[in-house]
Amino acid sequence: MSLLQISDLSLTIGGHAILKNVSLSVGPGEIVGIIGESGSGKSMTAFTVMQLLPRGAQATGRVALGDTDMLTADEDTLCHLRGNQVGMVFQEPMTALNPVKSIGDQVAETVMIHDRSSRADALRVAREVLERVGLPEARFPLTRYPHELSGGQRQRVVIAMAIAQRPALLIADEPTTALDVTTQAQILELLRGLVDDYGMGLLFITHDLAVISGLASRIVVMRHGEVVEQGPTSQVLAEMRHPYTRMLFEASSHRVTLPPHPDTRTPLLEVKGVSRDYPLPRRKLFAPQEHFRAVRDVSFTLERGDRIGLVGESGCGKSTLTRAILGLEEVQEGEILLDGAPVWSGHAPNLDVRRKIQVVFQDPYGSFNPRWRVGPLVAEPLHLLEVPPTGSALEARIGAVLDSVGLSAADATKYIHEFSGGQRQRIAIARALITRPELVVFDEAVSALDVSVRAQILDLMADLAAREGLSYLFISHDLSVVQTITDRVMVMQAGRIVEEGPTETVLMAPQHPYTRTLIDAAPRLPNARAS
Amino acid sequence: MLRYTLKRLLSLAISLIVASLLIFSIIEVAPGDVASFMMGMNAQPDTVAALRAELGLDQTKVARYFSWIGGMVTGDFGTSYTYRAPVAQMVADRLWVSLPLAVYALLLSILIAFPAGIFAAARRGRAADVTVMGATQLGVAIPGFWFAMMLVLLFAIRLRWFPAGGFPGWDESIWLSLKALTLPAIALSLPQAAILTRVMRSSLLDMLGEDFMRTARAKGLSARQALWRHGIRNALIPVLTIIGMQFAVLLTGAIIIEQVFYLPGLGRLIFQAITQRDLIVVESVVMLLVFTVIMLNFVIDLAYAAIDPRLRLRT
Amino acid sequence: MKISRSLLIGAALTSVFTAAALLSFLWTPYDVTVLSIPDRLQGPSATHWLGTDHFGRDIFSMIMVGARTSLAVALVAVTIGLILGVPLGLAAAARKGSWLDEIIMRGNDIIFSFPLLVLAILLTAVLGPSATNAIIAFGIFNIPVFARIVRSGALSLWSREFIMAARVAGKGTTRISFEHILPNVANLMVVQGTVQFSLGIQVEAALSFVGLGAQPPTPSWGRMLADAQTMVAIAPHMALVPGLAILLTVLGLNLMGDGLRDMLDPRIRVERA
Repeated sequence: MSLLQISDLSLTIGGHAILKNVSLSVGPGEIVGIIGESGSGKSMTAFTVMQLLPRGAQATGRVALGDTDMLTADEDTLCHLRGNQVGMVFQEPMTALNPVKSIGDQVAETVMIHDRSSRADALRVAREVLERVGLPEARFPLTRYPHELSGGQRQRVVIAMAIAQRPALLIADEPTTALDVTTQAQILELLRGLVDDYGMGLLFITHDLAVISGLASRIVVMRHGEVVEQGPTSQVLAEMRHPYTRMLFEASSHRVTLPPHPDTRTPLLEVKGVSRDYPLPRRKLFAPQEHFRAVRDVSFTLERGDRIGLVGESGCGKSTLTRAILGLEEVQEGEILLDGAPVWSGHAPNLDVRRKIQVVFQDPYGSFNPRWRVGPLVAEPLHLLEVPPTGSALEARIGAVLDSVGLSAADATKYIHEFSGGQRQRIAIARALITRPELVVFDEAVSALDVSVRAQILDLMADLAAREGLSYLFISHDLSVVQTITDRVMVMQAGRIVEEGPTETVLMAPQHPYTRTLIDAAPRLPNARAS
Repeated sequence: MLRYTLKRLLSLAISLIVASLLIFSIIEVAPGDVASFMMGMNAQPDTVAALRAELGLDQTKVARYFSWIGGMVTGDFGTSYTYRAPVAQMVADRLWVSLPLAVYALLLSILIAFPAGIFAAARRGRAADVTVMGATQLGVAIPGFWFAMMLVLLFAIRLRWFPAGGFPGWDESIWLSLKALTLPAIALSLPQAAILTRVMRSSLLDMLGEDFMRTARAKGLSARQALWRHGIRNALIPVLTIIGMQFAVLLTGAIIIEQVFYLPGLGRLIFQAITQRDLIVVESVVMLLVFTVIMLNFVIDLAYAAIDPRLRLRT
Repeated sequence: MKISRSLLIGAALTSVFTAAALLSFLWTPYDVTVLSIPDRLQGPSATHWLGTDHFGRDIFSMIMVGARTSLAVALVAVTIGLILGVPLGLAAAARKGSWLDEIIMRGNDIIFSFPLLVLAILLTAVLGPSATNAIIAFGIFNIPVFARIVRSGALSLWSREFIMAARVAGKGTTRISFEHILPNVANLMVVQGTVQFSLGIQVEAALSFVGLGAQPPTPSWGRMLADAQTMVAIAPHMALVPGLAILLTVLGLNLMGDGLRDMLDPRIRVERA
């Protein structure tokens, strides 16, 4: 008898079809993974089970939780079941907790709502549950507020709230997507342990095939609101009966072929003993100003033709270092030279150097002024040239650079909202290339993309490296991407570069313990694939 | 929390000093010779000289500023030129009308706005919400003093339920005094209640879209429980800002509404003072009003910190 | 972009009063400067559509001329606020946390601690009551209003990646402020401008009502209400008509502001797309 039995579920929101004939089941003690790209309807499946749907949602079919059909149950029954029989963990731990209530109160609330127990009893239960999820009393008293916790710790609190009543089913909607890879590993370990201890069923929703292949006993692959394939994990991965499953698998472990490194060895970017301080808020009224050193004595050289990766977790200083290299911020110690000239001179950015370096950012949505057309957006860096092209020369240049990233010259007159995320990232690359820079910085440039789109952008980058002999610095938290797109890699931790070397060497035989931790924590797709 | 309070206190002190400097320079420096300004064009030279001596105009500007501030701090607001009476006493008498009126109106405004805003938010998009929102559109657009005249026309002149104006005094009868303030308070509060209702509603609706409200529902709270336990307190943060600003508007708005009801409040005092060029009265009343507003903002800042734990740490 | 019903109604109401104000320069049914005691305190009729006041002046004509005063005061004061407030807000956001930002924002706080009426009282005490001084008082009041809204809108933009991209393209803060920030906060300015404009109508009326605004013989809705106050028992139309004029103008502007906000808010538009 399964815990959760979804049969023939269809969902429309405001007349748009979101889910089409979805059927799946979760048994006690079983971990079922739903995998899909954005727009696959995987999260909406979870919210349909919880019956926390937006207005205008119409569901048909059957969603049986135990003996209750969630689609027809009245609101009182649903309130009784939520938190009690089925708990839920969300993607974004930073906003999932009420900022003005203590963590103890928020966990205890689950207990008080369902058991009508006293506040003291509920707080006692909250204490136990918080211990269980790895937040011991000594460091995490019940009186802590969410803003005093890190993302991973907050996610533990959310999990504590969801399991406080020991529900039969736990639904986790991309619970580790917003977390660092080492934190992700810990949270996955915690969830697995809870399933074993409590005999819960776990419905785990993700976009990451590697995460789910190591966790779930069964996999459900979704696309455009439909289940395209499901079955035991090993079987699905071995057989891949549906072409979409195969495409997902291949895109997730996509490999590109980089052209050989040119033989000339001339330094392009030299970072020498760079440190960057930020002032901290004063703790006492008249205390001396204290500083936080985000980048500590970093030195490296990027030679012409180099494709270097910079890897680290959030807060390690890689973004700060990027801003310093781009000449956006002044550094406190050391110097950064591009082609022999400093990027920052006399407390002002050096514009002569600036035109030799361009950047592609992470967010394909926030990277463009929504009120400008694509042409002027792409042409903006031409501002750096002494004599920017005008008229037909300008048009030709915009057309050529759009063409080189796989778009067309006609796209120049469109607005940015007419393009998809992947196309926008192509436009961002076009903008970076228009000044024919010596060096391009890719700042988490493929992190926000679906795996299939990510594979295409990686292909484009390899292609550009071959055609234009592009040198780049590729900043990422994702080892598997860095592995294929770079020749050399640097690992950054707490403001320092702790390890550096050829990518294959560092990833296969890491020397520094932190590098090893990172590699061990990264989820991996099974290599072998039967036939 | 202590650090936060100290920081607020410091900015409170700076605001007060800058505001008093501004008022002082506009009143005592801008018009040129204050004494001749106050006496008008046809004044005798010896009366102007007498006033100059009385105002201490022979002293330096700096000395005059400090003696004015010193007086304000010790409760000596100077002597009104036209009434020949201490300003402090005159202001205190008038304040006993204006302040209760403003508080009365604020309470009315909150009493109307909170239920109406929560009601509308809970029924978002339905007929009840549309009706409440339509009513607030009207409420925001109605000029308070005109609404006051209409109230007088209906409830005082036609129906004779309330007095058309005047004020018996608290010593005379608390009940009749309250009754005399009721129509003014209603007129004063209506536009503010409409604004506050809209803020309350939109603030709550913003909260309903927050992730933590969804978390609360996932725990098993009903929509109503989630709204009361998690929505209201967070929604109060913007509402508090508006309430703080509203008290200032109500206090000064009272000055205008008093004119409709012939109430012996600060309004009448200040308008008479302006026509009679009694700058001493104007200066002190203006400083008092600004002082009240700044103090109010200080209290609101502390209230924020009580509601939002994140603020207690921040600067 | 869908034009909402509230925008249509609001724009229609606003146009009617604007048209009346403009027409009054060329033509009014009666001359508002001519007193005609025999015709005084008449109710609405075919000859005097909205009746006459205690001096026998035609109220319809006075409403037309009064619209001129109200709209002019509000328009000029909002323009003052925009011209001075917007650059201050942009500058403060561009140098967030610097002494310039600190000075601008503390300055705003100080002006904000002077309620509008107090500002008007201060100015009229020294300069004497007039429509011009009402404009100055409301104009000063508007500066921090626009500075704040532009600053907060600009701050959220400064952290966006397209601003970083512009900086990588070598553009300075001033240029970025005008090329990238200003077009993206324009919607905030339009919406807030409408709100301040409608507030200006109310402020002009209130100040004139207590004698701090337009002085006779300048016709003004607030002054008409002040005159009506003593007559309210015998000639209620004298109070009703100007009050409704204020109400409808303000209502129209507010509805227009709401409609514009819904239309211009990029967030809402993205959701529709």
